[in-house]
Amino acid sequence: MAEEENQNEVSGEMQEDVKAESTDFAPFDPTKKKKKKKKEVVIQDPADDSVDKLGEKVDNLSVSDGLETNFSGLKKKKKKPVQTDIDEKENTGDELDDHIGDDEEGEGNVLQQNPWDGTSRDYFYEELLGRVFNILRENNPELAGDRRRTVLMPPQVLREGTKKTVFVNFMDLCKKMHRQPEHVMTFLLAEMGTSGSLDGQQRLVVKGRFAPKNFEGILRRYVNEYVICNGCKSPDTILSKENRLFFLRCEKCGCGRSVAPIKAGFVARVGRRKAGT
Amino acid sequence: MICVLTDPFAEANAENSGAGSKEYVHIRIQQRNGRKSLTTVQGLKKEFSYNKILKDLKKEFCCNGTVVQDPELGQVIQLQGDQRKNVSTFLVQAGIVKKENIKIHGF
Repeated sequence: MAEEENQNEVSGEMQEDVKAESTDFAPFDPTKKKKKKKKEVVIQDPADDSVDKLGEKVDNLSVSDGLETNFSGLKKKKKKPVQTDIDEKENTGDELDDHIGDDEEGEGNVLQQNPWDGTSRDYFYEELLGRVFNILRENNPELAGDRRRTVLMPPQVLREGTKKTVFVNFMDLCKKMHRQPEHVMTFLLAEMGTSGSLDGQQRLVVKGRFAPKNFEGILRRYVNEYVICNGCKSPDTILSKENRLFFLRCEKCGCGRSVAPIKAGFVARVGRRKAGT
Repeated sequence: MICVLTDPFAEANAENSGAGSKEYVHIRIQQRNGRKSLTTVQGLKKEFSYNKILKDLKKEFCCNGTVVQDPELGQVIQLQGDQRKNVSTFLVQAGIVKKENIKIHGF
């Protein structure tokens, strides 16, 4: 889906560029420009256009009858003929009243222009929704729905000797999650059931042999439990301690919840026992 | 066997398990030397006979194990090897613990 959107966006930009070259308008509202262009055509010979309009209307109606499958078909069409469409328009700019050209326009412009432009039919919800999102994406892309997920980099893990593991980018990850390194460390150590410490370069040294995948799994659990907000799933949260209880407070939606304290649980004795005990 | 479990110990430990709203059964793993590991099962209900459970677990997974008496956490089952998946499925199937009350720790 995202890819498709990207493609759409890219092609949309291209189209815009082409248009900007061909017509010298202020480079803002593409739909407006389109309309201008079309109007020119309309002025050229109104009778023919009206006939075309009728044809288009009929087409659209027949399409709208078919519901789902046809919608998907529309979408596909949207994606494909854009590139070729531009060329054709450049070439055959004037003979738009031609039958084929008209057809092409009706389909290809669905992307940029509103599909109901030439017609007097009702708008579909999907189309209006698409229009809103297109505008939103143009003007302020950060609001346009596609949620950017905060990506944590994969843990870099080194082996120190044979029995210890060094977690190199531990600090970076803590900073990215906005958590105290101590908290993260206690969680990791409790989950892995080992001991460890921070070394001089702020790396985490853990006793035992662990693969990066292991760290990743535990970190994922940590994020789910102590970072992600339950309500809005945003990772912008603050962990605070209020009289011996940990509370998670979301910065985005303001909701709060209590989180379980980290307990190490039972740790069996491993390794050699001293002769005395 | 059963009379062993209805001893004062059980009462003493009861407050421990009652502290949490949900009595989770924690299944942990611990690394040993080399690529060996140890699985611990903590937090089973006191009414169960640990030794009987252990016996079945051992038979099922073909591994050895013991019941360890911990001063704070009561009795804990220890098994040899990474048996986390096995133990959790076993406990659920036997109806000892519900699935949502099992917490598997470790990597």
